[in-house]
Amino acid sequence: MMGPLIPQGIITGEWDFVIALLLGIAFGFILEASGFSSSRNIAGVFYGYNFVVLRVFLTAVLVAMIGLLYFDYMGWIEMDLVYVLPTYLRSMVVGSFIMGLGFVLGGFCPGTSYTAIAIGKIDALVFTGGLFLGIFLFSEAFPWISGFYYSDNLGNVTVNEVLGISNELFTFILVVMGLVAFWGTWLIEKRVRKTNKHYKFE
Amino acid sequence: MSADKTMRQGPRYINPYFGGVLLGLLLLLTMFITGRGLGASGAVKSAVVTTMDKISPVHAEHNIYYSKFLSSNHSPMFNWLVFESLGIFFGGLLSGALYGRLKKPRIEHSPKISGKTRLWAAGIGGVLFGVGSQFGRGCSSGAALSGTASFSFGGFLVMMLLFGTGYVLAYFFKKLWI
Repeated sequence: MMGPLIPQGIITGEWDFVIALLLGIAFGFILEASGFSSSRNIAGVFYGYNFVVLRVFLTAVLVAMIGLLYFDYMGWIEMDLVYVLPTYLRSMVVGSFIMGLGFVLGGFCPGTSYTAIAIGKIDALVFTGGLFLGIFLFSEAFPWISGFYYSDNLGNVTVNEVLGISNELFTFILVVMGLVAFWGTWLIEKRVRKTNKHYKFE
Repeated sequence: MSADKTMRQGPRYINPYFGGVLLGLLLLLTMFITGRGLGASGAVKSAVVTTMDKISPVHAEHNIYYSKFLSSNHSPMFNWLVFESLGIFFGGLLSGALYGRLKKPRIEHSPKISGKTRLWAAGIGGVLFGVGSQFGRGCSSGAALSGTASFSFGGFLVMMLLFGTGYVLAYFFKKLWI
């Protein structure tokens, strides 16, 4: 049986939403259990007192990338059927800047805010309300910004196609960078925690 | 773990590297089953489109952004990411209940700021994340995490710039956190 299953019709449409719910439950469980239901845990990544975001996020990216390469090598997955997020250069650069600002202010990203609402955080509920308002404002303004939104469309390009380095080499570089980051942030965190008294290290 | 001894009262979390491995395997499984990654902001987008379609269907149909996501045979809520995001909520609930973090409604904030300040920052942060995720074709889950893992150049770009921007701007908002 070769993946991906749904695009090839191996699993049919009726199961789609059941699978979505189950995968979502696992996603939410891992986020909450890792400490992402607390904005103060998350924001620690920017101030050096808690690097849990970097650890979880980067480990997950690396595991998934290596897994995907392995599945491809073993012939378990048809890579041409795996969705590659399209690149709209200028729009995505601006979007990332805006999200980065929102991240430092809000301390959540959308997924983590859902888990925080689940355990009773009012600030997360307000954050999600903000998301709703933000997407509404964007949609209403869309006729004026659609030109920018669709500009610089590079298509569904991979890192390999843009930078010319193979997926294997790219993964290897990220692994090395990741290991250096894990070690470096461990040192930084130790130092910062000595001086930061009011944050409880959970 | 030595941390357990010193912080016995505090909430306990799983080891972050273990959490990362679990999340990576889950992402791999999701890609194997669906051919796509995980996401989060898409569900709120569906909610916005649905709300607008209910309040003013004519307006929604004429706006080229809403109409992208409207279909004549089913509601925009009948969407993979909506069900997945419901799952995120219930998964968080389950973990919170299991680890004893499920408590009465509260505002979490640094002792240096008031609850009201925290709510303003959270709300504005949410608005910005909402706008940014539309320009970015996804948020930290859909674009940064899933995009990078599937070797998308755009996904990698969003990951680097999103966190990079956070670091550049962190200094100006440190009163909110430390």
